Amino acid sequence: MNAQAPQSAPPSPYSSAVGKSNTESHTLSVLVDNEPGVLARVVGMFSGRGFNIESLTVAEVAHETHLSRITIATSGTPEVIEQVRHQLERLVPIHSVTDMTLLDRAIERELAMVKVRGKGENRVEALRLADAFKARVIDATIESFIFEITGAPRKIDDFVDLMRPIGLVEVSRTGIAAISRGPAPI
Amino acid sequence: MSKQMTGAEMIVQALKDQGVEVVFGYPGGAVLPIYDAIFHQNELRHVLVRHEQGAAHAAEGYARSSGKVGVLLVTSGPGATNAITGLTDALLDSIPLVCITGQVPTHLIGSDAFQECDTTGITRNCTKHNYLVRRIEDLPRILHEAFYVAANGRPGPVVIDIPKDVQFATGTYTHFKNIQHKTYQPQLKGDLSKIKQAVEMMTKARRPVFYTGGGVINSGPAASALLRELVRLTGFPITSTLMGLGAYPADDRQWLNMLGMHGSFEANNAMHDCDLMICVGARFDDRITGRLDAFSPHSKKIHIDIDPSSINKNVKVDLGIVGDCAHVLEDMVRLWRTSGARADQAALAKWWKDIDHWRAKDSFAFRISSKIVKPQHAIQRLYELTKDRDVYITTEVGQHQMWAAQHFKFMEPNRWMTSGGLGTMGYGLPAAIGAQIAHPNSLVIDIAGEASILMNMQEMSTALQYRLPVKIFILNNQYMGMVRQWQELLHGGRYSESYTASLPDFVKLAEAYGAHGIRCADPADLDEAITEMIETPKAVIFDCVVDQKENCFPMIPSGKAHNEMLMADLSDDAGIEIGNVIDEKGKMLV
Ligand SMILES: Cc1ncc(C[n+]2csc(CCOP(=O)(O)OP(=O)(O)O)c2C)c(N)n1
Ligand SMILES: [Mg+2]
Repeated sequence: MNAQAPQSAPPSPYSSAVGKSNTESHTLSVLVDNEPGVLARVVGMFSGRGFNIESLTVAEVAHETHLSRITIATSGTPEVIEQVRHQLERLVPIHSVTDMTLLDRAIERELAMVKVRGKGENRVEALRLADAFKARVIDATIESFIFEITGAPRKIDDFVDLMRPIGLVEVSRTGIAAISRGPAPI
Repeated sequence: MSKQMTGAEMIVQALKDQGVEVVFGYPGGAVLPIYDAIFHQNELRHVLVRHEQGAAHAAEGYARSSGKVGVLLVTSGPGATNAITGLTDALLDSIPLVCITGQVPTHLIGSDAFQECDTTGITRNCTKHNYLVRRIEDLPRILHEAFYVAANGRPGPVVIDIPKDVQFATGTYTHFKNIQHKTYQPQLKGDLSKIKQAVEMMTKARRPVFYTGGGVINSGPAASALLRELVRLTGFPITSTLMGLGAYPADDRQWLNMLGMHGSFEANNAMHDCDLMICVGARFDDRITGRLDAFSPHSKKIHIDIDPSSINKNVKVDLGIVGDCAHVLEDMVRLWRTSGARADQAALAKWWKDIDHWRAKDSFAFRISSKIVKPQHAIQRLYELTKDRDVYITTEVGQHQMWAAQHFKFMEPNRWMTSGGLGTMGYGLPAAIGAQIAHPNSLVIDIAGEASILMNMQEMSTALQYRLPVKIFILNNQYMGMVRQWQELLHGGRYSESYTASLPDFVKLAEAYGAHGIRCADPADLDEAITEMIETPKAVIFDCVVDQKENCFPMIPSGKAHNEMLMADLSDDAGIEIGNVIDEKGKMLV
């Protein structure tokens, strides 16, 4: 029953009586009215209540109806994830919140651009790996490449890890977009 | 129902169409067009406060005592920022408010213009929702939608920020009747299968307790009536949070008094030992639960709340029912009756025996004195001398607030206005003004502390301007008593800055405002002085000089469980040694 908090913060007897060891990552898909301030509301709710944001993407998805989809990767115990969902649902301009992680076989994708610097054998190795990951070369100089790669976040993590010893310079990632499989909408 | 008018006229028209009778406000550059529109009509009444915080609390007192939405109107910049405390207070106590703020004209927004502040940015986290109206076309819909959002679901404050050019612009006004929000549609009816399950759990319970809160008051008088019916039908004991007082009559046998940090011994022990807790419109706040990992360890918990995020937030429950209290209680009462449900009478009789045993401790008891006025005694006398009248009570924040909750008996909902969630000193006087505006012929009393009352004392001037006969009953202990009590508990009785030197002479202060001042320091004079206060047909400041050392008991020290209450020691005047009861972990808490 007792919370296992990190050393720096002593466990508060008022903190939620659930362990923090069973932390899970969840991806939430949030359909919102595309009105000024809506992203600030969502982000402010996360920071104000101490929830995590691991990645966040937002873009308009239906121009005529002014709908945007915000996809948020968050982490916490199942109780915290449930709170996050309910707190999102309370925000007035929010249409729906779907926990994609609880959906059967939802698809999650992310795009990354990965800059690698190197010469000689390292260049050949970088290209070989990119090929194996189906990453495309979108920029090249005699001493660098930029690869574009899409896939599940884990695949991108793996690719980046492999590039590190070869000469990784920097990475720019879009954050996760998610959708459900099959004909029905989310 | 469409008509051409200016934005300022639309605002006044929409308020009238919403049935608003009174607006609490303070003028300034960015709201002058609205004030001009107010000037040109007579139906909508404006009450001029003396500080925008006062406007917000007055609107809260008005709302809480009448069940209507409270409305305030303030200017941009400092007007808006002054209202923030009141908006936050309303958010934490779920009070429906609509706050109209003026804003610099749209073309100046973002330029750090004179009296510009990012009102929607600042208020985003202290309102239920807010709007910045950039186009006159949007104004009529937003005005009506704001009332819908404020009043429906879990109520709360809504800000509408209106730039000055939009107030001057002309457009088409439409009265949106029965507006529905396209995304915000709270669930009122509870899931019937869950309600059935709840009734079944109740019939099997051996040690049940109802734990009710402000949600019952917010749901309206029907919810209180249904709660009373259900409690009597079942024969179960009932306790309530600070915010829920009055939903159930305090003189009833099944009433266990308030629970929580300064709640009764019987209520807290019943919460700790129960096997079924039925929470109706309360939110398991830390003042209520005490130490969470020792909170009611053996009970199944049912939670009825209109806000799904309240369920399983602090305490995991076995059965959560999302819905409005009145709707769910109605179904419960009906199901209880039609199913011929019966509580386990033998078990219940045993449970009541335990409760009566706790009750016999008389945990609110105090030692009366013939030399010095005990604050609890003053409240008891105030109650006895006003109980046959039509009374509304507000409070400030501190010991006096807890003593008022313990010793004043509330029989009806909407009679008790206090700042529970935010604990805002300075709430009581403006809230009393709001309640008096809503109930001009009733007796409205602010039970105050001498420190708190000074936080919004300027509102005396408002009370006098509108001839509001509000009574300010100050329990004057010359200390920030609640702070002093905690310094005794946690900091070795080192009274750092909690003694108030240079207090004003409250009687003279009353007179300076044009009110009546009374001072009483002798218990023998108390009744006569209170009677004088009640019978004075104008505002009164009553300086009740009380025992400076009295502490508020019983108490669940921070970090402790419901069954670890500190009790008052009545054997000796020095009070009990409370210095060492809070452990290191507890010291971290507030
Ligand atoms: C605006 C605000 N500032 C500070 C506090 C912290 N606080 C809580 S109770 C209290 C003392 C109140 O003193 P008084 O009004 O004299 O009431 P008493 O406890 O003596 O009855 C203080 C400073 C608060 N609740 N609100
Ligand atoms: Mg005091």
